[in-house]
Amino acid sequence: MSWQVEVDQHTCIGSGMCASLMPEVFELDGAVARPLADEVEPDETVLDAADSCPAMAITVTDGSEVVGPRP
Amino acid sequence: MTTTHTEPLAYPFNEEEGLALNEAYAAAREAEGMIRVRMRHGEPAWLATRYADARLVLGDRRFSRAMSLEKDEPRMSEFRRNGGILTMDPPDHTRLRTLVAKAFTMRRVELLRPRVAELADEFIGDLKRHGQPADLVDLYALPIPVAVICELLGVPVADRPKFRAWSDASLSTSGLTAQESERNREELREYMAGLIAEHRAEPRDDLMTALIEARDVRDRLTELELVDLCVGILVAGHETTASQIPNFVYALLDQHEQWERLCADPSLIPAAVEELLRFVPLGAGAGFARYATEDVQVGDVLVRAGEPVLVAVGAANRDRLQFGEPDRIVLDREDSHHLGFGHGVHHCLGAPLARLELQEALKALTRELPGLHLAGDIVWKTQMLVRGPRAMPIGW
Repeated sequence: MSWQVEVDQHTCIGSGMCASLMPEVFELDGAVARPLADEVEPDETVLDAADSCPAMAITVTDGSEVVGPRP
Repeated sequence: MTTTHTEPLAYPFNEEEGLALNEAYAAAREAEGMIRVRMRHGEPAWLATRYADARLVLGDRRFSRAMSLEKDEPRMSEFRRNGGILTMDPPDHTRLRTLVAKAFTMRRVELLRPRVAELADEFIGDLKRHGQPADLVDLYALPIPVAVICELLGVPVADRPKFRAWSDASLSTSGLTAQESERNREELREYMAGLIAEHRAEPRDDLMTALIEARDVRDRLTELELVDLCVGILVAGHETTASQIPNFVYALLDQHEQWERLCADPSLIPAAVEELLRFVPLGAGAGFARYATEDVQVGDVLVRAGEPVLVAVGAANRDRLQFGEPDRIVLDREDSHHLGFGHGVHHCLGAPLARLELQEALKALTRELPGLHLAGDIVWKTQMLVRGPRAMPIGW
């Protein structure tokens, strides 16, 4: 089952953390980041990106449950 | 495309005293491609001074920090700092960073605001009781971040004189011999290992206990990584903020109408902090070179695999292609996306905490001491990675 990745455009501060960690999933679009696709294959690094975001702007869900950032 | 290596310029450019951005940076920003520089030790490097180049180099995974360990990294002192998390690339870097990242997210840090405001008030009280002139650094700028990071990490505030000396030496670029630097690092590690042992015996509700649990229960990091991470958090957690508080005051007093505006309208403070983070070139020069792991085109320059690039964040923050009127403090500048906290995977871990401390520190000062002025000569730190007053006598 694939995961859905969202970046909150209002809270993102454009630190570049996610885009440098996983350029295949995130890109900096001007000042803020956005996911390149709505769905990604489950990958621990996506959760790492969500955990590392200083603005906590990334949410990863597996269809029903939020899986990242981890508590 | 420029790939010729001309004679490198001696670097860093900035004077240690004051906060001016050396004019050599303006020339470098206007130059075709990046320029070549050489520091006192290590190999020559490219110098990125334009905003776009800086952001590319800091944010692109093809640039590595870990490679610096195998190279003759450009640096100020003979001693090779083992920067811990700052000399790592993903996935190692990610493993350590995610362990601490949660403690420093905006949401978590915001919970500390009442406590930080309380500390700011308390130290304003100390300034007033001391009477004029008082040293803004010793009585205010240093005590706030020291108290905050000590409480968060679990370090006794009373140890401040002890760890301040080690912290100073660890960020020094002066003539410490490699041996002296090594000894200093070991003393600091020993001190932290002692605190870790105490926390192991008696767990508390602090970050050190959480990191110990990550090691002992989940085996996420080695003992040395644990020690160095705690050392890094303690040093990075107070030194830069303690420098920026007086730096911001100095910059505002220098453009006095900005200080007055801030005193009259405290709602400007969050935006003002962002603007000052952009405006004040904190570093004496760029450090922590990024090494290209493959050929990478940066503007007009093809950086060859294995070559280092130094990123002058202070210069990039004054790039007029990115910021209108870059050399002026514009308190309510719209979303400027400065690089004051860096960019990419090494973007300052403590940025949300630093922001909050700087905001609360300025809020209390502008509210309680609107008449603040210099009341003597500033003693500037010298031979340090970060610039700022060592002592700043003020009256009000």
